[in-house]
Amino acid sequence: MANILVIAEVKEGKLKKVTLELLSKGKELAAAAGGALEGCLVGSGVEALAAEMGQYGASKVYVADSGDLADYNGEAYANVTAKIIQDAAPGIVLVGASIQGKDLAPRLSAKLGAGLASDCTNISVDGGSLVVTRPIYAGKAFETRTFSSDIQIASVRPNVLPVSDPDAGASAEVAKVDAAAGDVKTKVLKTELTAGDKIELTEADIIVSGGRGMKGPENYAMLEELASLLNAAVGASRAAVDAGWRPHGDQVGQTGKTVNPNLYIACGISGAIQHLAGMSSSKCIVAINKDAEAPIFKVADYGIVGDLFKCVPILTEEVKKLKA
Amino acid sequence: MKTIVLIKQVPDTETKVKVNPGETDINREGINLVLNPYDEFAAEEAIKIKEAKGGEVVVCTLGEKKAEEAIRTALAMGADRAIRLDGEAFAGSDNYATAKALAKAIEKEGDYDLILCGKQAVDDDSAQVGTLVAEMLGIPSASLVINCEVGDGSVTITREIEGGNQELEIAMPCLLTAQKGLNEPRYPSLPGIMKAKRKKLDVLSAGDLGLGADEAGAAGSKTAIKELSMPPERKAGQVFEGEPEEIVPKVAQLLREEAKVI
Repeated sequence: MANILVIAEVKEGKLKKVTLELLSKGKELAAAAGGALEGCLVGSGVEALAAEMGQYGASKVYVADSGDLADYNGEAYANVTAKIIQDAAPGIVLVGASIQGKDLAPRLSAKLGAGLASDCTNISVDGGSLVVTRPIYAGKAFETRTFSSDIQIASVRPNVLPVSDPDAGASAEVAKVDAAAGDVKTKVLKTELTAGDKIELTEADIIVSGGRGMKGPENYAMLEELASLLNAAVGASRAAVDAGWRPHGDQVGQTGKTVNPNLYIACGISGAIQHLAGMSSSKCIVAINKDAEAPIFKVADYGIVGDLFKCVPILTEEVKKLKA
Repeated sequence: MKTIVLIKQVPDTETKVKVNPGETDINREGINLVLNPYDEFAAEEAIKIKEAKGGEVVVCTLGEKKAEEAIRTALAMGADRAIRLDGEAFAGSDNYATAKALAKAIEKEGDYDLILCGKQAVDDDSAQVGTLVAEMLGIPSASLVINCEVGDGSVTITREIEGGNQELEIAMPCLLTAQKGLNEPRYPSLPGIMKAKRKKLDVLSAGDLGLGADEAGAAGSKTAIKELSMPPERKAGQVFEGEPEEIVPKVAQLLREEAKVI
């Protein structure tokens, strides 16, 4: 079969975890199907990361390294990446379904006439062709999708596939390629990181989330404290976002983010169907709600019927003790 | 200034999705269909731009007759006219073939300055069609837009990125996909609803767009749905009632020892 190409994503000079997840899966698929696993690295000052991609299984890494590519510019990245794909001629292209990957993938699909499935949670190869499973309706159902194009692209949801151990002795051949972005009509004026070291909801291991039961924006301090102890992200229900208590980017659910952490702690969230769709693939769910009839208890592994204003501080104290 | 808004009619987010074994679409019986929530932001932005700068707003969708309800919603909000793409030739379209049809319709319409659409449809959650359309038209695009200022020959936009925002200046014509936060969509007024009924709505076929037999529908698609399935049922968990001082430490212990998540 043809080769598999993993498109790396770099954040603050490091490969993102989803890139390692893709390399791990790509290595397994390439070995099973008899193809090679290759990597694609685009950015500024990224060449040294090719070695790490080699340790995770890439036999060759195409590197487009240029100061002009320091900030993500969809148009520029797509031009450079599409050229690499044309040269590398893989059968399958894997990219992380991060904000950046989901912007890049459809650009590549159109430029290359390649089929694309977004936000996949499982990928396999059948007869040299990609078969993916992906959630639809924010996880209320799943679809299995097959491909008929020569190049087949899947963007894969972060945090779903495991990372295998790197092989310190393995290395990748580095192929430096043209990093000229060509005619670009988009200018990046500025990039502002407002969140500091805030953990991205869709990539968090633990999420502490608050809903209408929080009663006001000031009470989220309580959830922030618990979250910081657990190294967790803070989420919110649509009710809390629509009330203006939390920013839109924090919303979990069908018109917000679909999340799949190891632990989801829902505080004062009743569990509207559009919220459940966005979080019910979490591995473990804790619900704190004073209404014993709330639908959230139907999906919770551990339900606490009680006043969250009493329960959350106790939980915080318990976590402090456990972490001590 | 002509703005084209790409929309889709979708099941509302309160829908309980059911899948019949072996089928490639969900069970649509009794489902309430609405204008895709993210497309409402796109329509609102287009109408706001028209109110500020003049010009017209054209709504375009690929969908059966029933999708005219979603079109009428956008027209009632203030869009001027609409194009609906329909016909057997479009059956089985994936995102690629859908984008191709929309791009052809936009080319046929011509003279546009801006194309707006939702960042994704809340049914298939693909988040690709808008960006595909832009690439097929050979125009620049930006996804996840939360602020938009129309200038002279270009737009300055703010888009969401991981952990922050990015400000871009993009030459027009261009395509933007709307993220929640871009604006507060208006409710259609009663006079708006009455007027919408009389607004022009053209229905075009694949033939009208000059799409070849291998460019539309399943034949023009690069992927296909093999089957749908339901997510695994979550097992019923343990529910604790009683004094918080007793039950919360118990749950914390279980999270540590049984679930091993903290």
